[in-house]
Amino acid sequence: MSGHSKYEPKTGFERWLDVRLPIVRMAYDTAIDFPTPKNLNYWWTFGGILAVCLVIQIVTGVVLAMHYVANGALAFNSVEHIMRDVNHGWMIRYIHANGASMFFLAVYVHIARGLYYGSYKAPREILWLLGCVIYLLMMATAFMGYVLPWGQMSYYGAVVITNLFSAFDNVIPGVGTAITTWLWGGFAVDNATLNRFFSLHFLLPFMIAGVVGLHIWALHVPGNNNPVGVDVKSKEDTVPFHPYYTVKDAFAILVFLLLFSWFVFFAPEALGHADNQVMANPLATPSHIVPEWYFLPFYAILRAVPDKLLGVLGMFGAIAMLFALPWLDTSKVRSMRYRPTARWFFFLFIAATLGLGWCGGKLPDDVVIPIGQDAVTGDATGFTVVMLSRVLAIYYFAYFLVVLPALGLLEKTLPVPETISTPVLPKGGAAMLSGATASPEKKG
Amino acid sequence: MAETVNAHETHGEDPSRRDFIHIATMATGAVGVAAVAWPFIDQMNPSADTLALASIEQDIGKVAPGQQLVVKWRGKPVFVRHRTPAEIAASVKDDHAEMRDPASDASRTKPGKQEWLIVIGVCTHLGCVPNFGTGDYGGWFCPCHGSVYDTAGRIRKGPAPRNLELPSYEFTGPTKVKIG
Repeated sequence: MSGHSKYEPKTGFERWLDVRLPIVRMAYDTAIDFPTPKNLNYWWTFGGILAVCLVIQIVTGVVLAMHYVANGALAFNSVEHIMRDVNHGWMIRYIHANGASMFFLAVYVHIARGLYYGSYKAPREILWLLGCVIYLLMMATAFMGYVLPWGQMSYYGAVVITNLFSAFDNVIPGVGTAITTWLWGGFAVDNATLNRFFSLHFLLPFMIAGVVGLHIWALHVPGNNNPVGVDVKSKEDTVPFHPYYTVKDAFAILVFLLLFSWFVFFAPEALGHADNQVMANPLATPSHIVPEWYFLPFYAILRAVPDKLLGVLGMFGAIAMLFALPWLDTSKVRSMRYRPTARWFFFLFIAATLGLGWCGGKLPDDVVIPIGQDAVTGDATGFTVVMLSRVLAIYYFAYFLVVLPALGLLEKTLPVPETISTPVLPKGGAAMLSGATASPEKKG
Repeated sequence: MAETVNAHETHGEDPSRRDFIHIATMATGAVGVAAVAWPFIDQMNPSADTLALASIEQDIGKVAPGQQLVVKWRGKPVFVRHRTPAEIAASVKDDHAEMRDPASDASRTKPGKQEWLIVIGVCTHLGCVPNFGTGDYGGWFCPCHGSVYDTAGRIRKGPAPRNLELPSYEFTGPTKVKIG
């Protein structure tokens, strides 16, 4: 999409088509001839893996919709019907259910890759923002999809998440209730809610596909970032996408599908929850409700704040941080390979996020570090999960709001190579410049 | 030339008329968009048959002291709790304790029917159904995020901002109650 197209129609039909709808030319320029930095490592294969995940979810989802009934009285049994009676239904549903987890696993790696190598920095801010939009749409889609089997976890997941909006009652009394009633189509999560969630769960993946198109478009204007984080300077820095990265991506996709298949065929319920095998009951909440694993860090942040409205704001704020990131990180050096201090804060950030995920799956009052004993019950007391969540949540926000803005000004970065090729060429070090002046043409 | 004359004339007069037409068109369009958007927004609000299920009648004669009956009203659980004298006393004793949403025990029940506490069984935090008879105050404990309610359904601990909501109800007989 950028630069000159080297596509030459070979057959008469291609020539005829090319002057009417140059779709083969576009495919050639995007996926065959596209100049790609030659130093991309395996962390860069997750974009392709994510595209595969989206296709798998859409195909299996459309098939499941042929057998599923979006009705409060019938939904649960229709899922059992898929699992027991529909030919290969169990496999298709397990692919779809575990596919959601695999999708999030891949997207988290993809986001972490972007965080480490500074892929959100100029000129890729729009690319990054579109990715954040895709992530938001994915969360909405996954949430509504999880409601459809109409088990206990489905039901109370829907109750808790829609009730987040009732926090607006703390701002203007009545507004939050009006929003939740509107979302539910009633006075509680019920049949009307299930129906609209099914409709939206069907729609949103296609919206994701649309934004993915924009994401790839925005990628192909500046081109890929790379592990060194310096711009492509010459043709010598790149290789054509095909066959170099089609093959590398395909290999990574196959390895990823091995893991995927292991879950589908050997541990299909490992990431699910037993309570969702019980049909939704609006009159009794399971004793311990947790969201799916990919929402646990945000759930921990929600619970870490003792105030309802602030808890909800903290949870959404955690995602808003990602949107603001391109303007929070003040460092001109993209790759953390050359940011010796920042990379430790980054690894700490990953650890804090994983820690929050662990906290999200525990009960708030569970004791992490026992210090004493309760005089009456004899239970251990001490440093609890909710206290740990607070510490980790503070670091999560501090990473974006304090560490990255400040480090860009304070950190002494390592010398950044002049080109992608420099670090691997003999005597490459001689051409190095200091980090701050390596690419004065870039504006941060 | 005719064209030149026309062009000259429009310069003198038409810009304001053209602006007016633009603004009028856009304003009419905006009203039209809003008029079309509203039905598509409002269709998500509760439908007529959902609104029609607004009141139920329930016989509570079989609920012994210390027990709770859960009835479904407008898709939500309603707790009908037959409180023991000890539970009422514990609640009254705390009337002046520090609370997030202060309320006296008497304000939570109907006069002369102090033993019957009727509340909507939905945690005011994020909507889970609190468990009966658990938590530090013997009222309810919400399993989702740990809110603790006392035997008058008042919030005492945890993240919930308000007491368990009271539905509108009236006693239609000695053991009959109409909710809604």
